[in-house]
Formats: sequence, C-alpha cells, structure tokens
Amino acid sequence: MSSTATILDAAKPIPERLVMPATDHLVDSLDPEPHPPDDAEDLPTAAVVFDVDAVSVYYGEFRAVQDASLKVHEHEITAFIGPSGCGKTTLLRCFNRMNDLISSARVTGSLCYYGVDLYNPQVDAVEVRRRIGMVFQKPNPFPKSIKDNVAYGPKVAGLAKKGPAMDDIVENSLRKAALWDEVKDRLNDNALGLSGGQQQRLCIARAIATDPDVLLMDEPCSALDPIATTRIEELMHDLKTDYSIVIVTHNMQQAARVSDRTAFFSVEVNADSDSRTGILVEYDFTQHIFSNPSDERTENYVTGRFG
Amino acid sequence: MQTNEPVSVGASGSARQNVPLTTAALAGSPHRLRKENLISKLMYGAALVSVVVSGLIMYALFSEAWVFMRDVDWAQTWGQIGWFPRRGIYDMPTLLIASFWTTLIAMVVAAPLGLGAAIYLSEYARSSHRALFKPILEVLAGIPSVVFGFFALLWLAPNVVANIGGAGGRGSMVAAGLGVGILTIPLVASISEDAMAAVPKSLREASAGLGARKAVTTLRVVLPAAVSGLVASMIVAVSRALGETMVVFMAGGAADAAVRTITPYDGSLTMPAAMASLASGTDQVVGEGLTFQSLFFVGLVLFLLTLGLNLIGDRFVARIREQY
Repeated sequence: MSSTATILDAAKPIPERLVMPATDHLVDSLDPEPHPPDDAEDLPTAAVVFDVDAVSVYYGEFRAVQDASLKVHEHEITAFIGPSGCGKTTLLRCFNRMNDLISSARVTGSLCYYGVDLYNPQVDAVEVRRRIGMVFQKPNPFPKSIKDNVAYGPKVAGLAKKGPAMDDIVENSLRKAALWDEVKDRLNDNALGLSGGQQQRLCIARAIATDPDVLLMDEPCSALDPIATTRIEELMHDLKTDYSIVIVTHNMQQAARVSDRTAFFSVEVNADSDSRTGILVEYDFTQHIFSNPSDERTENYVTGRFG
Repeated sequence: MQTNEPVSVGASGSARQNVPLTTAALAGSPHRLRKENLISKLMYGAALVSVVVSGLIMYALFSEAWVFMRDVDWAQTWGQIGWFPRRGIYDMPTLLIASFWTTLIAMVVAAPLGLGAAIYLSEYARSSHRALFKPILEVLAGIPSVVFGFFALLWLAPNVVANIGGAGGRGSMVAAGLGVGILTIPLVASISEDAMAAVPKSLREASAGLGARKAVTTLRVVLPAAVSGLVASMIVAVSRALGETMVVFMAGGAADAAVRTITPYDGSLTMPAAMASLASGTDQVVGEGLTFQSLFFVGLVLFLLTLGLNLIGDRFVARIREQY
C-alpha cells in the first residue's frame, strides 16, 4: 500500500474541507460492490440522483460501455476515472442524453434520474438537458458577448426575457461561477476574449444559469493550466452545496482532490472480435478507491502501474 | 535520398570530430535549390496570368466604353422609349429595370430554397440522405444554363407563369427570373452549407446541452456564426443572377430591342441579354456609329454593379460577423 500512499502524497495538499472524515472506517472493507448509503446506516443518506442499472451503450454494433451499474448521490461529487477509451465520457453523456446527437448511439439497461427512467420514450431530451447541465472538455463559449452566453439557456427555456430579471440571472450565475468580479465591467465584450480558464468558468456559469440540479463535467480542466485548474476545483467544491456533480477526469489526483466517490473504468479487449469495451471495475468512496481498492485492476491503475 | 556531397558531417561520431564543419557542408545541394526556385517561379507565373488577363479584360472594357461615353448623346441613354441600339436609342433604365426584376425574382426563389436545403443538409439530414441529396444538387449545378433557358421558356412559362398572372406562350421577365432562380439554388445551397459545416460542432453541443432544440440551435448559434459565409453566398448568387445571360436571353421575351416596361410579366432585355443580342447574329454588330461601343458600356455598368455589391457585402460581413 505504500505506493498508493505515494499517489495521494504526490497530489497537491488536499484542503481540509475536501477530506471526508466519515468514511475512514470503510477503508478496511473489501466489499467489491458500491456502498449504497441505505446499507450503511451510520452514514448520512444522500438521495440518489442517478440510478444506473446495467447500462450498456452501443455505437452501431460496437459496444462502448458494458453493463455499468452505480448510484450517483445528491450534493456529492462523483468522479469517473480510467484510461482512454474506457467509456467514461460515453456513460456521462447518457446522463443528459447527449448521445442522442449521435444517430448510431443506442442505450440499453435502465438509467433513472430521481426515479424517472431517462430513456422512457415519453421523456424529452430537451427537458432533461435543462435540468442536467453540462460542461465540456474544451471551453466552448458562443462567439457572442459574455452576457449573451449566460443568458442563452434561460432565454431558450423561457425563464426570463431581456431586462432586470435576466440581468439578475446573469449576475448570480457569474457570481456562483466565481467570474463576476473579473467580467462585471465588460459583460458586452466577446466571450472569446477571455482566457481559457475564464472561458471554462463562463461555461459553468452558462450551465448554472438554466437552474439545473446536476452538473456533468467532461474533463473540464484538461485544456487548462494548473492555476486555472485549481480555481475550477475550488469552484466545484463550492458548487457542491447547490448541485450534484459528476466529473470525468483523466487526472487521478484531481479525482482524489475533489470527489466524494469515484468510479474506476477499464477497457476489456474482446478476444474474438478484437473490439474494446469499457467496463465499470469498481465504484466506491474516493478514499477507499485510492487507499485500499478492492480490485487489483483499480490498484494497478491508481498506483500508476497501468494506464 | 542522400546528397552527392562528400560526407563530412553525420556519417559517424568520429568523422564528425575529425572534420571541421564548414559553411560549404551546410550550403545544401545547388541542384535542389535551383529546382525549388524554378517551381516557385512557375507558380508565380500561373498566378500572374490571371492578373494579366483580368487587366486585359478591364482594358478592353474601359477603352471601348470610354469611346461610347465620350461620343454619345447622353439624352439618348435616359428617358427614351426603350433599348434600340441599332437606331441609336440606348435607354439604360430599360435594361436596369429588367435586370432588377429578373434578379429579384431569382433571389426570391433561390435564397429560401438554397438556404433551406443548406440547413437541411448541414443540420438535419442523416448521412444516407446527405449522400443522396448532395450529388443531386451538384448535378443541378452542372446543367448548362442553355438547358435552363429551354426549361424556363417551354415549361415554366406555360405551367407556372401562366398560373400566376402572366402569359404562358412566350418569355417574360418572370419566366427568366424563375429560371435563373432555379439555376442559382445549388450555388446558394453549397456555399451556405460549407459555411454552416465550418461552425464547430462544440458550439452545437453547447447549445444542445443548455436545452435548446435543433431549430433554436440552428437559428441562434449556427446561422449567426456562419453569417459571413451566408452573406457571401447571397452576394455570389446575386452576381450570378445579374450576370446570367443564356436563360434571360432565351426566356426573357425580347431580342435585340425592347420597349421600356416596369411590368415583370412583359418581355424585356437585361443587361447581359442586351449584350448577347448585340453580339450575336451573322451581321456582327451593325447599326449606328456607337452601337458596337454601347455593348461595352453596358458591360462596364454591369461590372461596376457587381463590384459595388461585393464591396458592400464585405463591409457588411466585417461588421456583423461572429468570429469563432
């Protein structure tokens, strides 16, 4: 276990507020199954936001994710880690039905959001996306003004028209995204004039503006420098009180720093067809995953022996 | 490929140490340098040809047009009964009105249909549909305009123009305008689709992720981001419609001469149709002293109109463009 400790030490010092004191006793548990909170009665039971049950995702004939099952809890940060091609982004994109944009994509299994099956034919993906916001890998602000970027979602959803009501939404969203002080004097400037880190916080503000319950973040820091990354991570911690967050990251230290629970995905090479399928190897409290993983593959990954 | 130079550097570590490096060793092969030089000159020559030819065209246009402008009785170019170049009556409004009508009608047809096709192909079409529609559009773009001329005269006039208030049996500005419009659709569609396809996918995803439907994404994100290309497609289309000759010559309902009319159901001569009429025929251009030069004068007006349109379009695009 000394090597796993090294990984955690190598990470930037974890702010005290990011350490979860209540989970220390779970470190000894070797239960390979995720720990649903209702099994552990001494833990505060957070409501389940996403209940993923045996979800597989196909692109045409190709199976990108196989039989993933996990529960995402309210006001927690859940991290998806794993090597390239392990299907973590694909699974994340099922949560707000972004995969619908790819015509060949097909989802099987059940994916419930607060008990409602997201893939029920009556469910409109557009409604889903208004409740479940998304932040993308590369900052992708619209080539419009800062204000118009934030106002886009509310305007499209009919939450507010132009005027004081919209101005309030814009200001609140930018404040929550810790960007207000930097841009309040130039709200009408083009968003592409911002730095990469500012653009990504603008994208977070834009996602917050539609008043979602959940924020999905697909490697939100992979295009950013370390200082901007730190700011986003601090921001995520602040946002946790209002939103449930699911983040995909390549960066294990980031998962260790910010998340409450971590799902480790891996790639399984199918011997017959030479195709590669992503599988969920282990899902547990972050501390457990990094200090005492139940699965050997997880341990190999987090200690840097693989991937 | 190795150079033929004696190996002084890089053969082995020891050789490198023993032989001092000279400028000559790094000078490169003179043969290759000459070749590179020659290629760049050839390419320069190719580019130069088009510039020289443009210059010659301008010279031919301006020199003859200048003779016309110097010698013409300007009263004959405005406020006359019509365009009768062989009799020395050069009423420009006749041609301008006809060009205006056919271009306007053509754009009323081509702009919505071309843009609609582009939006469908770029935003909505499944790949199998795109694979079917794009080649058909390209075929449409490749049909010679004389075919559109026949189509406008023999099918559009009796079947369409006759049903919207015109006469079916002959050409008219409406028939010509409709023909030019159909001819222009693929042009608008393909330039517009290129412009929309160049809008990054990440912007569409951002919009979809915020709960926007496809129509909203197209209207508020894709079209504004593609606007410079869309305006460009319209300008090219208007230039094309203004300059289109064969369709308006065949289906415009007038040859050689035309009485001034502002009714689009009448036949008339657009600027290029007037030029084509004048230049065709076995007698070449015979008529009054300046008849031949009037052809160049009309050409000059047409040239200046298209040039002005392009300049206005460029300035407009620079002002409203969303750069990404």
